[in-house]
Amino acid sequence: MTDQNGPKLLAENVHKAYGRNEVLRGIDMQVRTGEVACIIGPSGGGKSTFLRCINHLEKIDSGRLSVDGELIGYHQRGGKLYEMRDKEVAAQRRSIGMVFQRFNLFPHMTAAENVMAGPVVVRGDNKKKARERAIDLLGQVGLGDRGDSYPMQLSGGQQQRVAIARALAMDPDLMLFDEPTSALDPELVGEVLDVMRKLASSGMTMVVVTHEIGFAREAGDILAFIDAGVVAEIGEPRELLANPQTKRFQDFLGKVL
Amino acid sequence: MSTVSTPGEPQARSKPPIEAVPVRHPGRWVGVGIVAIFAAMLVHSLLTNPNWGWSLISEWIFAPPIVKGVGVTLLLTFLSMIIGLALGVLLAIMRLSPNPVMSGSAWVFVWAFRGTPVYVQLFLWANVIALYTTLSLGIPFGPEFFTFETKTLIPAFVAALLGLGLNEAAYMAEIVRAGILSVDEGQEEAATAVGMSRLQTLRHIVLPQAMRVIVPPTGNETISMLKTTSLVIAIPLTTELFFQASAVGNRLFQPFPMAILASIWYLALTSILMVGQFYIERYYAKGAMRELPPTPIQKWRRRLGRGGSND
Repeated sequence: MTDQNGPKLLAENVHKAYGRNEVLRGIDMQVRTGEVACIIGPSGGGKSTFLRCINHLEKIDSGRLSVDGELIGYHQRGGKLYEMRDKEVAAQRRSIGMVFQRFNLFPHMTAAENVMAGPVVVRGDNKKKARERAIDLLGQVGLGDRGDSYPMQLSGGQQQRVAIARALAMDPDLMLFDEPTSALDPELVGEVLDVMRKLASSGMTMVVVTHEIGFAREAGDILAFIDAGVVAEIGEPRELLANPQTKRFQDFLGKVL
Repeated sequence: MSTVSTPGEPQARSKPPIEAVPVRHPGRWVGVGIVAIFAAMLVHSLLTNPNWGWSLISEWIFAPPIVKGVGVTLLLTFLSMIIGLALGVLLAIMRLSPNPVMSGSAWVFVWAFRGTPVYVQLFLWANVIALYTTLSLGIPFGPEFFTFETKTLIPAFVAALLGLGLNEAAYMAEIVRAGILSVDEGQEEAATAVGMSRLQTLRHIVLPQAMRVIVPPTGNETISMLKTTSLVIAIPLTTELFFQASAVGNRLFQPFPMAILASIWYLALTSILMVGQFYIERYYAKGAMRELPPTPIQKWRRRLGRGGSND
Protein backbone atom coordinates (compact mmCIF):
# COMPACT_ATOMS: atom_id res chain seq x y z
CA MET A 1 0.00 0.00 0.00
CA THR A 2 2.91 2.31 0.58
CA ASP A 3 4.31 2.01 -2.93
CA GLN A 4 4.33 4.99 -5.27
CA ASN A 5 1.57 3.68 -7.47
CA GLY A 6 -0.92 3.31 -4.67
CA PRO A 7 -3.89 5.64 -4.56
CA LYS A 8 -3.52 9.15 -3.15
CA LEU A 9 -6.66 8.75 -1.10
CA LEU A 10 -8.13 5.44 -0.05
CA ALA A 11 -11.32 5.06 1.98
CA GLU A 12 -12.46 1.60 2.97
CA ASN A 13 -15.72 1.01 4.77
CA VAL A 14 -15.59 4.34 6.64
CA HIS A 15 -18.18 4.72 9.39
CA LYS A 16 -19.00 7.77 11.47
CA ALA A 17 -21.85 8.44 13.86
CA TYR A 18 -22.82 11.43 15.99
CA GLY A 19 -24.41 9.75 18.96
CA ARG A 20 -27.07 7.53 17.47
CA ASN A 21 -27.15 9.37 14.19
CA GLU A 22 -25.13 7.31 11.71
CA VAL A 23 -23.84 9.76 9.13
CA LEU A 24 -21.34 7.58 7.27
CA ARG A 25 -22.28 3.94 6.88
CA GLY A 26 -19.42 2.37 4.98
CA ILE A 27 -17.86 4.75 2.47
CA ASP A 28 -15.48 3.26 -0.10
CA MET A 29 -13.57 5.51 -2.43
CA GLN A 30 -10.26 5.69 -4.19
CA VAL A 31 -8.61 8.76 -5.75
CA ARG A 32 -5.32 8.56 -7.63
CA THR A 33 -2.70 11.31 -7.77
CA GLY A 34 -3.74 14.12 -10.09
CA GLU A 35 -7.37 13.09 -10.22
CA VAL A 36 -10.29 15.35 -9.43
CA ALA A 37 -13.05 13.58 -7.54
CA CYS A 38 -16.38 15.34 -7.21
CA ILE A 39 -18.89 14.30 -4.61
CA ILE A 40 -22.54 15.15 -5.05
CA GLY A 41 -25.63 14.12 -3.19
CA PRO A 42 -28.54 15.37 -1.11
CA SER A 43 -27.75 17.45 1.96
CA GLY A 44 -27.46 15.44 5.14
CA GLY A 45 -26.16 12.51 3.12
CA GLY A 46 -22.68 12.66 4.66
CA LYS A 47 -20.66 14.37 1.88
CA SER A 48 -19.18 17.11 4.05
CA THR A 49 -18.65 14.77 6.99
CA PHE A 50 -16.62 12.44 4.79
CA LEU A 51 -14.53 15.35 3.55
CA ARG A 52 -13.89 16.52 7.10
CA CYS A 53 -12.80 13.01 8.08
CA ILE A 54 -10.11 13.11 5.40
CA ASN A 55 -8.15 15.78 7.28
CA HIS A 56 -9.22 14.53 10.69
CA LEU A 57 -11.49 17.42 11.61
CA GLU A 58 -13.78 14.50 12.50
CA LYS A 59 -12.67 11.13 13.83
CA ILE A 60 -13.93 8.02 12.07
CA ASP A 61 -15.48 5.22 14.10
CA SER A 62 -14.43 2.28 11.96
CA GLY A 63 -12.90 1.46 8.60
CA ARG A 64 -9.69 2.76 7.08
CA LEU A 65 -8.88 6.17 5.67
CA SER A 66 -5.44 6.80 4.29
CA VAL A 67 -3.61 9.45 2.26
CA ASP A 68 -0.47 8.34 0.44
CA GLY A 69 -0.81 4.99 2.18
CA GLU A 70 -0.59 6.66 5.60
CA LEU A 71 -3.53 6.22 7.93
CA ILE A 72 -5.13 9.51 8.95
CA GLY A 73 -4.88 10.07 12.69
CA TYR A 74 -3.41 6.66 13.58
CA HIS A 75 -0.15 4.75 13.53
CA GLN A 76 -0.24 1.08 12.71
CA ARG A 77 2.35 -1.04 14.47
CA GLY A 78 2.13 -4.81 14.53
CA GLY A 79 -1.52 -4.98 13.63
CA LYS A 80 -2.45 -2.53 16.37
CA LEU A 81 -3.65 1.06 15.94
CA TYR A 82 -2.21 3.85 18.04
CA GLU A 83 -3.89 7.25 18.19
CA MET A 84 -1.63 10.04 16.95
CA ARG A 85 -0.59 12.95 19.16
CA ASP A 86 -2.05 16.37 18.25
CA LYS A 87 1.31 17.43 16.83
CA GLU A 88 1.47 14.47 14.48
CA VAL A 89 -2.07 15.06 13.29
CA ALA A 90 -1.21 18.72 12.66
CA ALA A 91 1.83 17.64 10.62
CA GLN A 92 -0.38 15.32 8.57
CA ARG A 93 -2.84 18.13 7.88
CA ARG A 94 -0.15 20.38 6.43
CA SER A 95 -0.05 18.46 3.18
CA ILE A 96 -3.84 18.57 2.87
CA GLY A 97 -5.40 21.91 1.96
CA MET A 98 -9.01 22.67 2.80
CA VAL A 99 -11.46 25.25 1.48
CA PHE A 100 -14.68 25.83 3.39
CA GLN A 101 -18.19 26.70 2.33
CA ARG A 102 -18.19 29.86 4.43
CA PHE A 103 -14.58 30.82 3.52
CA ASN A 104 -13.52 31.12 7.20
CA LEU A 105 -10.93 33.77 6.40
CA PHE A 106 -9.30 35.34 9.45
CA PRO A 107 -11.15 38.69 9.65
CA HIS A 108 -8.45 40.48 11.66
CA MET A 109 -5.84 39.88 8.98
CA THR A 110 -5.45 41.28 5.48
CA ALA A 111 -5.71 38.97 2.47
CA ALA A 112 -1.91 38.64 2.31
CA GLU A 113 -1.67 38.01 6.06
CA ASN A 114 -4.31 35.30 5.75
CA VAL A 115 -2.23 33.55 3.13
CA MET A 116 1.02 34.02 5.09
CA ALA A 117 -0.39 32.84 8.42
CA GLY A 118 0.14 29.12 7.86
CA PRO A 119 3.69 29.30 6.50
CA VAL A 120 4.84 31.84 9.12
CA VAL A 121 3.17 30.37 12.21
CA VAL A 122 3.39 26.67 11.40
CA ARG A 123 6.55 26.37 9.33
CA GLY A 124 8.34 29.40 10.74
CA ASP A 125 8.98 30.86 7.30
CA ASN A 126 10.69 34.22 6.96
CA LYS A 127 7.98 36.91 7.00
CA LYS A 128 9.25 38.89 4.05
CA LYS A 129 9.58 35.85 1.83
CA ALA A 130 6.22 34.49 2.97
CA ARG A 131 4.66 37.80 2.01
CA GLU A 132 6.17 37.74 -1.46
CA ARG A 133 4.92 34.21 -1.89
CA ALA A 134 1.48 35.24 -0.61
CA ILE A 135 1.22 38.08 -3.14
CA ASP A 136 2.34 35.64 -5.83
CA LEU A 137 -0.35 33.12 -4.82
CA LEU A 138 -2.96 35.88 -4.69
CA GLY A 139 -1.88 36.78 -8.22
CA GLN A 140 -2.55 33.21 -9.29
CA VAL A 141 -6.16 33.51 -8.10
CA GLY A 142 -6.47 36.93 -9.76
CA LEU A 143 -6.14 39.05 -6.64
CA GLY A 144 -2.55 40.25 -6.85
CA ASP A 145 -3.59 43.82 -6.09
CA ARG A 146 -5.84 43.05 -3.10
CA GLY A 147 -3.17 41.86 -0.66
CA ASP A 148 -3.83 44.72 1.77
CA SER A 149 -7.61 44.39 1.81
CA TYR A 150 -9.36 42.94 4.84
CA PRO A 151 -11.81 40.09 4.13
CA MET A 152 -14.72 42.39 4.96
CA GLN A 153 -13.73 44.64 2.09
CA LEU A 154 -13.84 41.78 -0.44
CA SER A 155 -16.77 40.18 -2.24
CA GLY A 156 -17.70 36.58 -1.48
CA GLY A 157 -16.04 35.30 -4.62
CA GLN A 158 -12.86 37.22 -3.82
CA GLN A 159 -12.88 35.90 -0.26
CA GLN A 160 -13.18 32.33 -1.45
CA ARG A 161 -10.28 32.85 -3.87
CA VAL A 162 -8.17 34.20 -0.99
CA ALA A 163 -9.14 31.07 0.96
CA ILE A 164 -7.90 28.92 -1.91
CA ALA A 165 -4.61 30.83 -1.97
CA ARG A 166 -4.35 30.37 1.80
CA ALA A 167 -4.74 26.61 1.45
CA LEU A 168 -2.17 26.52 -1.38
CA ALA A 169 0.38 28.40 0.71
CA MET A 170 1.15 25.26 2.71
CA ASP A 171 2.09 23.48 -0.54
CA PRO A 172 -0.49 20.73 -0.16
CA ASP A 173 -0.60 17.78 -2.54
CA LEU A 174 -4.28 17.12 -1.86
CA MET A 175 -6.96 19.80 -1.82
CA LEU A 176 -10.38 19.37 -0.22
CA PHE A 177 -13.24 21.69 -1.18
CA ASP A 178 -16.36 21.68 0.99
CA GLU A 179 -19.14 23.19 -1.15
CA PRO A 180 -16.88 26.09 -2.12
CA THR A 181 -19.51 27.95 -4.16
CA SER A 182 -22.65 27.27 -2.11
CA ALA A 183 -22.44 30.50 -0.11
CA LEU A 184 -21.86 32.68 -3.17
CA ASP A 185 -24.15 34.89 -5.21
CA PRO A 186 -24.81 33.20 -8.58
CA GLU A 187 -22.76 35.71 -10.57
CA LEU A 188 -19.71 35.09 -8.37
CA VAL A 189 -19.68 31.30 -8.72
CA GLY A 190 -17.88 31.39 -12.06
CA GLU A 191 -14.75 33.16 -10.84
CA VAL A 192 -14.19 30.57 -8.10
CA LEU A 193 -14.84 27.64 -10.42
CA ASP A 194 -12.36 29.13 -12.91
CA VAL A 195 -9.64 29.13 -10.26
CA MET A 196 -10.50 25.54 -9.35
CA ARG A 197 -10.39 24.46 -12.99
CA LYS A 198 -6.96 26.02 -13.35
CA LEU A 199 -5.81 24.20 -10.24
CA ALA A 200 -7.19 20.90 -11.54
CA SER A 201 -5.43 21.27 -14.88
CA SER A 202 -2.17 22.00 -13.07
CA GLY A 203 -2.30 18.41 -11.77
CA MET A 204 -3.52 18.97 -8.22
CA THR A 205 -5.36 16.05 -6.63
CA MET A 206 -8.72 17.38 -5.53
CA VAL A 207 -11.78 16.12 -3.70
CA VAL A 208 -14.68 18.51 -4.25
CA VAL A 209 -18.05 18.36 -2.54
CA THR A 210 -20.25 20.44 -4.78
CA HIS A 211 -23.66 21.13 -6.23
CA GLU A 212 -22.16 22.34 -9.51
CA ILE A 213 -22.97 19.42 -11.78
CA GLY A 214 -21.45 21.30 -14.73
CA PHE A 215 -18.11 21.57 -12.98
CA ALA A 216 -18.20 17.89 -12.04
CA ARG A 217 -18.90 16.95 -15.63
CA GLU A 218 -16.12 19.02 -17.22
CA ALA A 219 -13.36 19.05 -14.63
CA GLY A 220 -13.97 15.82 -12.74
CA ASP A 221 -12.27 12.49 -13.34
CA ILE A 222 -14.45 10.71 -10.83
CA LEU A 223 -17.97 11.46 -9.73
CA ALA A 224 -19.40 9.93 -6.57
CA PHE A 225 -23.01 10.13 -5.52
CA ILE A 226 -23.19 9.86 -1.74
CA ASP A 227 -26.58 9.31 -0.18
CA ALA A 228 -27.58 8.07 3.26
CA GLY A 229 -23.95 7.59 4.26
CA VAL A 230 -22.82 5.33 1.43
CA VAL A 231 -21.38 5.82 -2.05
CA ALA A 232 -24.48 4.90 -4.01
CA GLU A 233 -22.87 5.34 -7.43
CA ILE A 234 -19.36 6.14 -8.58
CA GLY A 235 -17.67 6.35 -11.96
CA GLU A 236 -16.64 8.55 -14.86
CA PRO A 237 -18.75 11.71 -14.60
CA ARG A 238 -20.20 11.86 -18.14
CA GLU A 239 -21.12 8.20 -18.15
CA LEU A 240 -22.61 8.36 -14.71
CA LEU A 241 -24.66 11.45 -15.43
CA ALA A 242 -25.88 10.01 -18.72
CA ASN A 243 -26.91 6.64 -17.24
CA PRO A 244 -27.85 6.92 -13.60
CA GLN A 245 -28.41 3.40 -12.34
CA THR A 246 -30.29 3.80 -9.09
CA LYS A 247 -33.66 5.41 -8.58
CA ARG A 248 -32.24 7.68 -5.87
CA PHE A 249 -29.62 9.11 -8.21
CA GLN A 250 -32.20 9.58 -10.97
CA ASP A 251 -34.47 11.44 -8.57
CA PHE A 252 -31.59 13.59 -7.32
CA LEU A 253 -30.50 14.53 -10.82
CA GLY A 254 -34.10 15.28 -11.71
CA LYS A 255 -34.14 17.86 -8.94
CA VAL A 256 -30.79 19.56 -9.59
CA LEU A 257 -30.53 19.51 -13.38
CA MET B 1 -34.70 67.79 -17.36
CA SER B 2 -33.82 69.50 -20.59
CA THR B 3 -32.13 66.55 -22.26
CA VAL B 4 -33.76 63.27 -23.13
CA SER B 5 -31.83 60.50 -21.42
CA THR B 6 -31.58 57.25 -23.32
CA PRO B 7 -32.28 54.16 -21.22
CA GLY B 8 -29.33 51.88 -20.52
CA GLU B 9 -26.89 54.72 -20.74
CA PRO B 10 -26.34 56.18 -17.29
CA GLN B 11 -25.51 59.86 -17.35
CA ALA B 12 -24.07 62.03 -14.65
CA ARG B 13 -26.77 64.47 -13.65
CA SER B 14 -26.42 67.60 -11.58
CA LYS B 15 -27.52 67.20 -7.99
CA PRO B 16 -29.04 70.27 -6.42
CA PRO B 17 -28.89 69.94 -2.61
CA ILE B 18 -32.24 69.35 -0.92
CA GLU B 19 -33.48 72.44 0.84
CA ALA B 20 -36.07 71.52 3.43
CA VAL B 21 -37.16 72.94 6.77
CA PRO B 22 -35.69 70.58 9.42
CA VAL B 23 -38.02 68.97 11.99
CA ARG B 24 -38.37 71.18 15.08
CA HIS B 25 -37.87 69.67 18.53
CA PRO B 26 -39.60 72.00 21.02
CA GLY B 27 -39.44 69.31 23.76
CA ARG B 28 -35.67 69.51 23.76
CA TRP B 29 -35.75 73.21 24.58
CA VAL B 30 -38.06 72.58 27.54
CA GLY B 31 -35.57 69.90 28.70
CA VAL B 32 -32.69 72.33 28.35
CA GLY B 33 -34.58 74.84 30.49
CA ILE B 34 -35.24 72.37 33.30
CA VAL B 35 -31.67 71.03 33.33
CA ALA B 36 -30.33 74.60 33.31
CA ILE B 37 -32.34 75.50 36.41
CA PHE B 38 -31.05 72.49 38.35
CA ALA B 39 -27.49 73.12 37.18
CA ALA B 40 -27.69 76.75 38.32
CA MET B 41 -28.98 75.67 41.73
CA LEU B 42 -26.14 73.18 42.09
CA VAL B 43 -23.47 75.66 41.07
CA HIS B 44 -24.94 78.28 43.38
CA SER B 45 -24.84 75.84 46.29
CA LEU B 46 -21.32 74.70 45.44
CA LEU B 47 -20.08 78.28 45.44
CA THR B 48 -21.94 79.75 48.37
CA ASN B 49 -22.14 76.92 50.94
CA PRO B 50 -18.86 77.14 52.87
CA ASN B 51 -19.23 73.53 54.13
CA TRP B 52 -18.03 72.18 50.77
CA GLY B 53 -14.63 73.47 51.79
CA TRP B 54 -13.29 74.35 48.35
CA SER B 55 -10.41 76.36 49.77
CA LEU B 56 -9.35 73.33 51.82
CA ILE B 57 -9.65 71.06 48.81
CA SER B 58 -7.57 73.33 46.60
CA GLU B 59 -5.02 73.66 49.37
CA TRP B 60 -4.66 69.87 49.78
CA ILE B 61 -5.33 68.45 46.32
CA PHE B 62 -1.65 68.32 45.34
CA ALA B 63 -0.28 67.87 48.88
CA PRO B 64 2.51 65.27 49.10
CA PRO B 65 0.62 62.57 51.07
CA ILE B 66 -2.34 62.82 48.65
CA VAL B 67 -0.20 62.67 45.52
CA LYS B 68 1.72 59.77 46.98
CA GLY B 69 -1.62 58.09 47.73
CA VAL B 70 -2.65 58.56 44.09
CA GLY B 71 0.62 56.92 43.07
CA VAL B 72 0.02 53.89 45.31
CA THR B 73 -3.58 53.58 44.11
CA LEU B 74 -2.48 53.64 40.47
CA LEU B 75 0.33 51.17 41.10
CA LEU B 76 -2.04 48.80 42.90
CA THR B 77 -4.59 49.13 40.10
CA PHE B 78 -2.18 48.37 37.29
CA LEU B 79 -0.25 45.59 38.98
CA SER B 80 -3.44 43.86 40.14
CA MET B 81 -4.93 44.17 36.66
CA ILE B 82 -1.79 42.71 35.09
CA ILE B 83 -1.91 39.77 37.51
CA GLY B 84 -5.65 39.42 36.92
CA LEU B 85 -5.32 39.58 33.15
CA ALA B 86 -2.42 37.15 32.84
CA LEU B 87 -3.88 34.67 35.26
CA GLY B 88 -7.36 35.18 33.82
CA VAL B 89 -6.23 34.28 30.29
CA LEU B 90 -4.44 31.23 31.66
CA LEU B 91 -7.52 30.15 33.63
CA ALA B 92 -9.81 30.67 30.63
CA ILE B 93 -7.56 28.51 28.44
CA MET B 94 -7.45 25.89 31.17
CA ARG B 95 -11.25 25.99 31.52
CA LEU B 96 -11.63 25.25 27.80
CA SER B 97 -8.94 22.56 27.75
CA PRO B 98 -10.01 19.01 26.89
CA ASN B 99 -7.91 17.88 29.86
CA PRO B 100 -10.34 17.42 32.80
CA VAL B 101 -7.65 18.12 35.42
CA MET B 102 -6.99 21.51 33.82
CA SER B 103 -10.61 22.54 33.37
CA GLY B 104 -11.55 21.22 36.80
CA SER B 105 -8.89 23.13 38.70
CA ALA B 106 -9.69 26.32 36.78
CA TRP B 107 -13.34 25.89 37.71
CA VAL B 108 -12.49 25.46 41.39
CA PHE B 109 -10.30 28.60 41.34
CA VAL B 110 -13.05 30.71 39.83
CA TRP B 111 -15.60 29.22 42.20
CA ALA B 112 -13.54 30.08 45.29
CA PHE B 113 -12.25 33.50 44.33
CA ARG B 114 -15.43 34.81 42.77
CA GLY B 115 -17.59 33.40 45.52
CA THR B 116 -16.11 35.33 48.46
CA PRO B 117 -16.00 39.12 48.99
CA VAL B 118 -12.77 40.77 47.99
CA TYR B 119 -12.70 42.58 51.34
CA VAL B 120 -12.67 39.22 53.13
CA GLN B 121 -10.02 37.86 50.77
CA LEU B 122 -7.78 40.85 51.49
CA PHE B 123 -8.18 40.25 55.22
CA LEU B 124 -7.36 36.56 54.77
CA TRP B 125 -4.22 37.24 52.73
CA ALA B 126 -2.98 39.64 55.38
CA ASN B 127 -3.55 36.96 57.99
CA VAL B 128 -2.03 34.02 56.17
CA ILE B 129 0.73 34.81 58.66
CA ALA B 130 -1.54 33.49 61.35
CA LEU B 131 -1.96 30.16 59.55
CA TYR B 132 1.55 29.52 58.34
CA THR B 133 4.32 31.33 60.12
CA THR B 134 6.94 29.94 57.76
CA LEU B 135 7.03 28.99 54.11
CA SER B 136 9.69 26.61 52.95
CA LEU B 137 11.06 25.37 49.69
CA GLY B 138 11.83 21.68 49.51
CA ILE B 139 10.50 18.24 48.65
CA PRO B 140 6.85 17.82 49.68
CA PHE B 141 6.71 15.92 53.00
CA GLY B 142 10.53 15.67 52.76
CA PRO B 143 13.55 17.80 53.57
CA GLU B 144 13.33 21.61 53.32
CA PHE B 145 16.01 23.70 51.62
CA PHE B 146 14.91 27.28 52.24
CA THR B 147 12.58 28.65 54.84
CA PHE B 148 10.99 32.10 54.85
CA GLU B 149 9.03 33.81 57.51
CA THR B 150 5.67 34.83 56.08
CA LYS B 151 5.87 38.15 57.89
CA THR B 152 8.81 39.20 55.71
CA LEU B 153 7.60 37.44 52.56
CA ILE B 154 4.12 38.94 52.56
CA PRO B 155 4.28 42.63 53.47
CA ALA B 156 1.07 44.64 53.26
CA PHE B 157 1.59 45.69 49.63
CA VAL B 158 2.11 42.12 48.44
CA ALA B 159 -0.92 40.94 50.40
CA ALA B 160 -2.95 43.67 48.68
CA LEU B 161 -1.70 42.59 45.25
CA LEU B 162 -2.48 38.96 45.98
CA GLY B 163 -5.95 39.76 47.24
CA LEU B 164 -6.89 42.13 44.43
CA GLY B 165 -5.07 40.26 41.65
CA LEU B 166 -6.36 36.77 42.38
CA ASN B 167 -9.91 38.01 42.86
CA GLU B 168 -9.66 39.88 39.57
CA ALA B 169 -8.28 36.78 37.84
CA ALA B 170 -11.47 34.90 38.63
CA TYR B 171 -13.56 37.59 36.94
CA MET B 172 -11.15 38.02 34.02
CA ALA B 173 -11.18 34.27 33.43
CA GLU B 174 -14.90 34.40 32.75
CA ILE B 175 -14.57 37.49 30.56
CA VAL B 176 -11.79 35.91 28.50
CA ARG B 177 -13.71 32.64 28.25
CA ALA B 178 -16.76 34.48 26.94
CA GLY B 179 -14.50 36.22 24.41
CA ILE B 180 -12.97 32.95 23.20
CA LEU B 181 -16.41 31.34 22.88
CA SER B 182 -17.65 34.30 20.86
CA VAL B 183 -15.23 33.53 18.02
CA ASP B 184 -16.80 31.53 15.20
CA GLU B 185 -15.94 27.82 15.22
CA GLY B 186 -14.99 28.00 11.55
CA GLN B 187 -11.97 30.11 12.53
CA GLU B 188 -10.53 27.32 14.62
CA GLU B 189 -11.24 24.81 11.87
CA ALA B 190 -9.55 26.95 9.23
CA ALA B 191 -6.50 27.41 11.45
CA THR B 192 -6.41 23.69 12.21
CA ALA B 193 -6.67 22.92 8.51
CA VAL B 194 -3.47 24.85 7.73
CA GLY B 195 -1.75 22.78 10.41
CA MET B 196 -1.76 25.10 13.45
CA SER B 197 -1.69 23.49 16.88
CA ARG B 198 -4.28 24.29 19.54
CA LEU B 199 -2.05 26.90 21.19
CA GLN B 200 -0.98 28.49 17.88
CA THR B 201 -4.63 28.75 16.90
CA LEU B 202 -5.47 30.37 20.22
CA ARG B 203 -2.64 32.84 20.08
CA HIS B 204 -2.75 33.90 16.44
CA ILE B 205 -6.36 33.40 15.43
CA VAL B 206 -8.78 33.12 18.34
CA LEU B 207 -7.46 35.51 21.01
CA PRO B 208 -6.94 38.50 18.66
CA GLN B 209 -10.57 38.18 17.60
CA ALA B 210 -11.76 37.52 21.14
CA MET B 211 -10.17 40.83 22.18
CA ARG B 212 -13.06 42.74 20.65
CA VAL B 213 -15.35 41.10 23.17
CA ILE B 214 -12.78 41.10 25.99
CA VAL B 215 -11.65 44.75 25.93
CA PRO B 216 -14.86 46.61 26.87
CA PRO B 217 -15.54 44.62 30.07
CA THR B 218 -11.82 44.73 30.90
CA GLY B 219 -11.97 48.52 30.79
CA ASN B 220 -14.90 48.27 33.13
CA GLU B 221 -12.90 45.99 35.42
CA THR B 222 -9.94 48.39 35.43
CA ILE B 223 -12.15 51.29 36.46
CA SER B 224 -13.77 49.09 39.08
CA MET B 225 -10.32 48.02 40.33
CA LEU B 226 -9.21 51.63 40.72
CA LYS B 227 -12.03 52.13 43.20
CA THR B 228 -11.72 48.71 44.85
CA THR B 229 -8.17 49.62 45.91
CA SER B 230 -9.76 51.72 48.64
CA LEU B 231 -10.66 48.41 50.37
CA VAL B 232 -7.03 47.50 51.09
CA ILE B 233 -7.61 49.04 54.50
CA ALA B 234 -8.71 45.47 55.35
CA ILE B 235 -5.06 44.42 55.37
CA PRO B 236 -4.37 47.23 56.47
CA LEU B 237 -2.43 49.01 53.73
CA THR B 238 -2.68 52.70 54.53
CA THR B 239 -0.72 54.43 51.80
CA GLU B 240 -3.45 54.49 49.12
CA LEU B 241 -5.46 57.54 48.15
CA PHE B 242 -8.68 57.25 50.16
CA PHE B 243 -7.04 56.36 53.45
CA GLN B 244 -4.58 59.23 53.05
CA ALA B 245 -7.35 61.69 52.21
CA SER B 246 -9.55 60.64 55.11
CA ALA B 247 -6.57 60.67 57.47
CA VAL B 248 -5.98 64.31 56.58
CA GLY B 249 -9.71 64.97 56.92
CA ASN B 250 -9.86 63.42 60.38
CA ARG B 251 -6.82 65.34 61.52
CA LEU B 252 -8.37 68.66 60.41
CA PHE B 253 -11.88 67.71 61.62
CA GLN B 254 -12.99 68.20 57.98
CA PRO B 255 -13.71 64.68 56.68
CA PHE B 256 -16.28 65.77 54.09
CA PRO B 257 -14.10 68.05 51.89
CA MET B 258 -11.40 65.41 51.90
CA ALA B 259 -13.83 62.75 50.65
CA ILE B 260 -14.76 65.17 47.85
CA LEU B 261 -11.06 65.62 47.15
CA ALA B 262 -10.61 61.86 46.84
CA SER B 263 -13.65 61.67 44.54
CA ILE B 264 -12.18 64.36 42.28
CA TRP B 265 -9.01 62.29 41.96
CA TYR B 266 -10.91 59.06 41.25
CA LEU B 267 -13.03 60.81 38.61
CA ALA B 268 -9.97 62.30 36.95
CA LEU B 269 -8.21 58.93 36.85
CA THR B 270 -11.21 57.01 35.52
CA SER B 271 -11.68 59.66 32.82
CA ILE B 272 -8.11 59.08 31.65
CA LEU B 273 -8.71 55.31 31.66
CA MET B 274 -11.81 55.78 29.49
CA VAL B 275 -9.77 57.60 26.86
CA GLY B 276 -7.29 54.72 26.83
CA GLN B 277 -10.11 52.22 26.50
CA PHE B 278 -11.52 54.03 23.46
CA TYR B 279 -8.25 53.71 21.58
CA ILE B 280 -7.70 50.07 22.55
CA GLU B 281 -11.21 49.16 21.39
CA ARG B 282 -10.60 50.98 18.16
CA TYR B 283 -7.38 49.03 17.60
CA TYR B 284 -9.09 45.67 17.99
CA ALA B 285 -12.00 46.66 15.74
CA LYS B 286 -9.59 46.18 12.83
CA GLY B 287 -11.16 43.93 10.21
CA ALA B 288 -14.51 43.84 11.96
CA MET B 289 -15.70 47.09 10.46
CA ARG B 290 -15.22 48.40 6.95
CA GLU B 291 -14.11 51.70 8.38
CA LEU B 292 -12.85 52.45 11.88
CA PRO B 293 -14.93 54.89 13.95
CA PRO B 294 -13.33 58.35 14.01
CA THR B 295 -11.42 59.48 17.08
CA PRO B 296 -12.79 62.59 18.85
CA ILE B 297 -9.92 64.59 17.33
CA GLN B 298 -10.83 63.40 13.84
CA LYS B 299 -14.48 64.24 14.53
CA TRP B 300 -13.54 67.80 15.47
CA ARG B 301 -11.27 68.19 12.46
CA ARG B 302 -14.04 66.97 10.16
CA ARG B 303 -16.57 69.29 11.74
CA LEU B 304 -14.24 72.28 11.49
CA GLY B 305 -13.24 71.35 7.96
CA ARG B 306 -16.84 71.13 6.82
CA GLY B 307 -17.73 74.40 8.57
CA GLY B 308 -14.87 76.08 6.70
CA SER B 309 -15.83 74.80 3.27
CA ASN B 310 -19.44 75.83 3.66
CA ASP B 311 -18.56 79.47 4.19
